[in-house]
Amino acid sequence: MKVTTKLWIGLAILIILSPIGLILPEHFKAGSAWGEWGADEMQKLVGYIPQGLEKLASLWNAPIPDYAFKGWEEKGLSRLSFAYIISAIVGIGITVLVVIGIGKLLAKKGD
Amino acid sequence: MHIPDGYLGPTTCGFFYVVMAPIWTIASKVVKKTLNARQVPLLAIGAAFSFVIMMFNVPIPGGTTGHAVGGVLVAILLGPWAASIAITVALVVQALLFGDGGITAIGANCFNMAFVLPFTGYYIYRAISYNAPVDSNRRVVAAGIAGYLGINIAAALAGIEFGIQPLLHHTANGQALYCPYGLNVALPAMLGEHMLVFGWVEAVVTALVIKYLQKQAPELIEEGRI
Repeated sequence: MKVTTKLWIGLAILIILSPIGLILPEHFKAGSAWGEWGADEMQKLVGYIPQGLEKLASLWNAPIPDYAFKGWEEKGLSRLSFAYIISAIVGIGITVLVVIGIGKLLAKKGD
Repeated sequence: MHIPDGYLGPTTCGFFYVVMAPIWTIASKVVKKTLNARQVPLLAIGAAFSFVIMMFNVPIPGGTTGHAVGGVLVAILLGPWAASIAITVALVVQALLFGDGGITAIGANCFNMAFVLPFTGYYIYRAISYNAPVDSNRRVVAAGIAGYLGINIAAALAGIEFGIQPLLHHTANGQALYCPYGLNVALPAMLGEHMLVFGWVEAVVTALVIKYLQKQAPELIEEGRI
């Protein structure tokens, strides 16, 4: 088997295992990453929401915010894990297509 | 380490877009000169690997979460300029599609994770593994140290970017406009958690994949690639 084939298989396994990155923090009651709090968490942490942060925080409405489908936030870990895997497939699919596109544009032909 | 929108003021956001513009330009020129068509799938795998490894959030029990970036590994295998492009694509997709990292902070996030991290990691690896045979353990150790230091230097920079915000932007009565934590909090927080936990994840992941490739595809480990 070609090594790139093996690496693609490895990636597929990582995608299937990715919900570990969702379940472990939940299990150990770990919160957001440092400096990645939402506005309401910020209110709790420092007692106010910085004005500029409040304005900019909602600047962009991501279609799949935080790797979860909109409205699924309270659906429980198994559905969130499913959404996480789908997010990984979609995100990685687009990333791969863009990189291959850039690579095709830039790379030398032949060997 | 994905700085969201609203944590960095306009000066910092603009500054890092301006800094990244020539880096992206040089990266595409270098890659154009050196990348072979047959290496394109490997570059895509590198970007995909970085993307998925960043989804593996590791908890500090009762505290925060963090993750590896995988960027040092991509830099070791494809060179730092190609890695820079691969990680940039992953970070932009994460920001646009999943709101992971801010739109205004793409410049800063790419500077930390798609420039400083692969470049420092790459040159540390090259220095430690200098003249080592392809199958030597020194390469595995070099990869681990490079992963650990690369992500920690990037995390320290993110801490500094967070930490200078209260100095740059505040209201007349002293309330912060953006990130409210100064250097005395942000830098030790970002650096400390990466030195204690997330840096080790990057180190182990980088070293293990190099060890695996030494057996499976030693041609990928040879020197003087892109």
